[in-house]
Amino acid sequence: MLMDFWKVTDINHGMILITLICTSVIHIPKLMKAPIFIYYQLDNYYQNHRRYVKSRSDRQLLHGLKHHDLSSCAPEDFNHGLPVVPCGLIAWSLFNDTYSFFRGIDEMKVNRKNIAWKSDRDHKFDKQVYPFNFQNGTLSGGAHLDPKIPLSDQEDLIVWMRTSALPTFRKLYGRIEEDLDADDIITVKLLNNYNTYSFTGSKKLVLSTSSWLGGHNNFLGMACISVGVSFIFVAFVFMLIHVKNPRPYGDTTNLSWNWKPMSG
Amino acid sequence: MARGRIRARIRRSHLYTFACGRPRTSEEERPHEFEGPGFSRIVHCNQPDMHTKKPLKYCSNYISTTKYNIITFLPKAIFEQFRRVANLYFLLAAVLSLTPISPFSAVSMIAPLAFVVGLSMAKEAMEDWRRFIQDMKVNLRKANVHKTDGVFNQKPWMKLRVGDVVKVEKDKFFPADLLLLSSSYEDGICYVETMNLDGETNLKVKRALETTLSLDDEESFKDFSGIIKCEDPNPSLYTFVGNFEYERQIYPLDPSQILLRDSKLRNTAYIYGVVIFTGFDSKVMQNSTKSPSKRSRIEKQMDKIIYILFTLLVFISCISSIGFIVKTKYNLPDWWYLQVPDKEGLYDPGKPWVSGFYHLITALILYGYLIPISLYVSIEVVKVLQALFINHDIHMYDHETGTPAQARTSNLNEELGQVDTILSDKTGTLTCNQMDFLKCSIAGTPYGMRASDVELAAAKQMAMEMDNQSQNGTPRSWRKSEFTESEIELETVITSNDGDVRKPAIKGFGFEDNRLMNGNWFKEPNADVMLLFFRILSICHTAIPELNEETGIFTYEAESPDEGSFLVAAREFGFEFCRRTQSSIVVRERYPSYDEPIESKRKRMSVIIRDESGQIFLLCKGADSIIFDRLSRNGRMYEEATTKHLNDYGEAGLRTLALAYKKLDEDKYSAWNEEFVKAKTSIGGDRDAMLERVSDMMERDLILVGATAVEDKLQNGVPQCIDKLAQAGLKIWVLTGDKMETAINIGFACSLLRQGMKQICITTMNTDAIVQDPKQAVKENILNQITNATQMIKLEKDPHAAFALIIDGKTLTYTLEDDMKHQFLNLAIGCASVICCRVSPKQKALVTRLVKEGTGKITLAIGDGANDVGMIQEADIGVGISGCEGMQAVMASDFAIAQFRFLERLLVVHGHWCYKRIAQMICYFFYKNIAFGLTIFYFEAFAGFSGQSVYVDWYMLLFNVVLTSLPVISLGVFEQDVDSEVCLEFPSLYQQGPKNLFFDWYRIFGWMGNGLYTSVIVFFLNIIIFYDQAFRAGGQIADMTAVGTAMFTGIIWAVNCQIALTMSHFTWIQHFFIWGSIAFWYLFLLVYGELSYALNVNAFRILTEVLAPAPIYWTTTLLVTIACNLPYLAHISFQRSFNPLDHHVIQEIKYYKKDIEDRHMWRAEKKKARHKAKIGFTARVDAKIRHLKGRLHKKYSIANNISIPQT
Repeated sequence: MLMDFWKVTDINHGMILITLICTSVIHIPKLMKAPIFIYYQLDNYYQNHRRYVKSRSDRQLLHGLKHHDLSSCAPEDFNHGLPVVPCGLIAWSLFNDTYSFFRGIDEMKVNRKNIAWKSDRDHKFDKQVYPFNFQNGTLSGGAHLDPKIPLSDQEDLIVWMRTSALPTFRKLYGRIEEDLDADDIITVKLLNNYNTYSFTGSKKLVLSTSSWLGGHNNFLGMACISVGVSFIFVAFVFMLIHVKNPRPYGDTTNLSWNWKPMSG
Repeated sequence: MARGRIRARIRRSHLYTFACGRPRTSEEERPHEFEGPGFSRIVHCNQPDMHTKKPLKYCSNYISTTKYNIITFLPKAIFEQFRRVANLYFLLAAVLSLTPISPFSAVSMIAPLAFVVGLSMAKEAMEDWRRFIQDMKVNLRKANVHKTDGVFNQKPWMKLRVGDVVKVEKDKFFPADLLLLSSSYEDGICYVETMNLDGETNLKVKRALETTLSLDDEESFKDFSGIIKCEDPNPSLYTFVGNFEYERQIYPLDPSQILLRDSKLRNTAYIYGVVIFTGFDSKVMQNSTKSPSKRSRIEKQMDKIIYILFTLLVFISCISSIGFIVKTKYNLPDWWYLQVPDKEGLYDPGKPWVSGFYHLITALILYGYLIPISLYVSIEVVKVLQALFINHDIHMYDHETGTPAQARTSNLNEELGQVDTILSDKTGTLTCNQMDFLKCSIAGTPYGMRASDVELAAAKQMAMEMDNQSQNGTPRSWRKSEFTESEIELETVITSNDGDVRKPAIKGFGFEDNRLMNGNWFKEPNADVMLLFFRILSICHTAIPELNEETGIFTYEAESPDEGSFLVAAREFGFEFCRRTQSSIVVRERYPSYDEPIESKRKRMSVIIRDESGQIFLLCKGADSIIFDRLSRNGRMYEEATTKHLNDYGEAGLRTLALAYKKLDEDKYSAWNEEFVKAKTSIGGDRDAMLERVSDMMERDLILVGATAVEDKLQNGVPQCIDKLAQAGLKIWVLTGDKMETAINIGFACSLLRQGMKQICITTMNTDAIVQDPKQAVKENILNQITNATQMIKLEKDPHAAFALIIDGKTLTYTLEDDMKHQFLNLAIGCASVICCRVSPKQKALVTRLVKEGTGKITLAIGDGANDVGMIQEADIGVGISGCEGMQAVMASDFAIAQFRFLERLLVVHGHWCYKRIAQMICYFFYKNIAFGLTIFYFEAFAGFSGQSVYVDWYMLLFNVVLTSLPVISLGVFEQDVDSEVCLEFPSLYQQGPKNLFFDWYRIFGWMGNGLYTSVIVFFLNIIIFYDQAFRAGGQIADMTAVGTAMFTGIIWAVNCQIALTMSHFTWIQHFFIWGSIAFWYLFLLVYGELSYALNVNAFRILTEVLAPAPIYWTTTLLVTIACNLPYLAHISFQRSFNPLDHHVIQEIKYYKKDIEDRHMWRAEKKKARHKAKIGFTARVDAKIRHLKGRLHKKYSIANNISIPQT
């Protein structure tokens, strides 16, 4: 289920963003069983750019201020002479749109816990490391983090820090843990904070269920079928030729010395 | 004791007064007057201490053939490594990886390089160590050196200094170049075998100066001193100029006083000598040339592919740089989250060209995976292991001498599979240089029952062919089974045990005929002629008898082995030659007048004797053609019969000589003798000509007695081996220093020549002095001969006609000149066999070069002696015959085998396998690296060309070094299309190599295309499956690491399954490596995922937590693997089904055990599989059968014509 944002704001040069609340209505075409996953999707956003990917310090995420070498995080390494935690461009550009969902007038509960990998929470982002001196620079990037919550609980950040493979990507936002019935009308109220206009990127909101194979993936099925079909086709062709023009195994007439010289 | 007796005997000997004339002419007696450059060496005899200080300090006797020493190893070996362009590239990449330009971490660039280079260097070090050990073996040999006061001590060779007096005992090598002072013989002669130097096996006589003869016991060296002034070290083996100052007299020295290092003292109890040249100054070391480093064609072609890949690398780097520049200039300013420009200026939209340049370097490093870093090292490892197989092949192990085959350089293994022309030495290579007296014809009656090797082999072959013929006549004959078995046995008997079965009990004597043995000859009708025959055998020679103290049997040191065999034969017939002087044989006394060494030009040898009744005889033996020319009218009684026998002998591959005699009157003899003595004592250049003329006068009007046939004992299995090699489509050239007749005989013996073959002999005509420009005339004449012969070959219609080209060394000097060599080569290529006789070592090398460069095909030279070294080094592959004493050829060779017959297995089995293995291996290497490298490139297009790689550095590091290298190494080591027996049974399979079926551009590009396809499939399937949708039931989205890991898994599976499809021979090792590699990948992920290091790259618990629980991950792997291998599978199925190569069919026959079910078919195929050879005994038998059939057909048609005309 996709929903395009319409253009709501314009940007003044660069980074200063006018925040706008807007609402959108989604029509649920068929029954969606819980859990329903909420994703935001960004297009034309190069999370896989080398400058971007490298711009982080995993040791800092684990050791906090004890880790001093932030050279990889430049230019988001120090602010006012103090280290930025978490440093680097990835953290700095954290996605900061927020969504709330209403069925009728009741706000639906969105579970935003457990959206990151467990190992990330347990081993990579430390419980003792708190965001410090974050988004205090002259340039404001994406989201601000609550300095009282340790990094291991900042799941939005953890999800965001897993950089995507392609410039079009989805990130998990949360889960709706109740079934949506067919013809339900869901109203989405969103805070459009994140700037995608400068690079003509688009944002999308995706509601999706998931099976044992993951999300809705037509391609996998098609690929499997086409590979299978081509196998059958090749097998058929070989069979046909074999029936028409069989070559017994170990037939000695095929040995090069038994070839009748063509030229005579 | 023993020594004393020999000495006593020799003292009475008069031999040396004839054999080696003292320096005759008086003007030579004067000391040489020389000074200045080139003649500066001064040796203080018996005062080695004088040579410890600078002006007289000469190099030590330590020799070293190693490439490196401890200090130079590191810099030199590293330099060698980085001369390879690929390694240099990786070194640059590794250096750059320390800067922020690099897309990878430094360790992931440096570690594989260090591993690869380290491995190659370790191999170098190991090889050098082996050389060092070999050197030390020589250096530590003990020599008996004079210390002081007449005491001799043992010292290692390396400690020997110039000026030392050494004592060398019988059968020991000379430790350095020595001046001979005295020997166990009273007159200071000694016999020397110089096989290691020039490959000649006959003994040479050296003679001490008369003045030093008294120095013949250890005591006498107490006060010995003298000064030698002589030439500086130089490589000329046959010259030496120097003076010896001794007791205030100056004596001139010449080469006959010089004993060269690495030659061997023979027939002499001991000698004393002074060291003149040590170590590298010695002539033999000066002669040694650095063996040129050879590279196989496949490797050269591989270099080309690497250049192609480099071009591709630069090309895609440029593409991505351009993409990067465009992105940086136009898009990057809008991507606020990147905060460009950065400090380093790598992403500066203001200066896109600068950033673009940096990016180009980044890209060049990033796509470096296109160049297989481990290719060289893998090939080296594979070749070392292949060489190990060659070294340990029990079928190439010579049980008699205990020598295995030895691959001395491992980098030519695959070249063995592509040989086109074999250039072979004769003596010691094809033959064992041992003659067996086998047959003789006396007074027109042939004696000798035993058949020669050639006859035996041909007879067996013939019997088999005849059977086949009759079977073919009656189709589907059912009596095949019992037949076949016996035949197969027969065949194996021929090839393997032939030599053992009929080894003559007495060396040099293979004669079997009771009519002559045990004195029975006396009862034969022509006993008087026989007596003469045996006398000629026992008298007419130049050999030295030597009594074996234990057995009491005489052995003979003859100049040539044929002579030795005559003497052994005479001994066995009861004419024992035991002393050189009054050549006393059992019955009569003789009076030798003169004898002389057999001269090639004269091709005969004569002795004049007076028998017990006072009758004077001239006994003569020589080449049949010459003797027949000189027969008197009444001496031709037996000519017809003898000629017939001689032809038979020649056909049986025997060396023949004719024997004749003549009765002389007393007056005539004395008149002639006077003239002869006059000629002998004359001085000046025409002395030889005069002698020749005088001798010629006497050797006329001879009476024929008979002929001898000696088997120049071929090495075991040589005819069979040549036959097989010919069937494998190889051309064989024989280059020999021997006379033309001998060479032709051997040609017959090993079936390179046969009756009915048209022999084209190209010789130099005798130039008349009248012609203005004799050289030009000769050249024109030769050119004429060549053109005529070429014309003749062209006009020949009969497809079975075979030509043999025989050319001598003198003619070769002309034909090898630039303006004629191509005509010569053209002619030679048109001939089935080529025999070059009387060629010098240099000419051998030149001929080799001509063939190599003229035909552009791969040449293999095989030889055993020092005279073959040039040829061995010049050829693409040099093979040395080891096991004999001469090591020179082996040292220069790339492969050493103990017997010529092992060449068959070396080429047809190992060569064939190695060629295919290496070819497939290289193709696969390029395939897998293209498949992997291109995925990195595709990803760039989706990552803004920023130089980010989708894979974790560690994956890439492991890709080449661990994850995909072991299976391909196992392919390179163990792959075999058919087993060794089939290789040998179907020599035509070998032709796949020279035709280069497995490494042509079609195949190479095919594999590259396959790599391209795999990369596309792997990349896009993975990307599209994973990029946006959740891949887990928990709704998680795959991040870059997860996608990269999934993609990498796909590649690992795809390339490893690919190699499994490529292999046709599996043992548990291949399975272990292939499936082990895949298993190792998962194991690695498991372990790596637990390391804290993985935290940095989002790969923490990547397998256990992220990927493994996702069914889609496994599905994708399966899908990718199958999709990637589909085209190759279709291709090989197509090829096998519709366009099978020979080995495919044979594999199927073997697999369905058709060869056991249908033995007749199997044997018929084996027979048909022979390359249409025109040489070898199979061809000989074929020719004979054709001949017989032709006759039969004629008869038949005549008969038909007479009866009823039929169609």
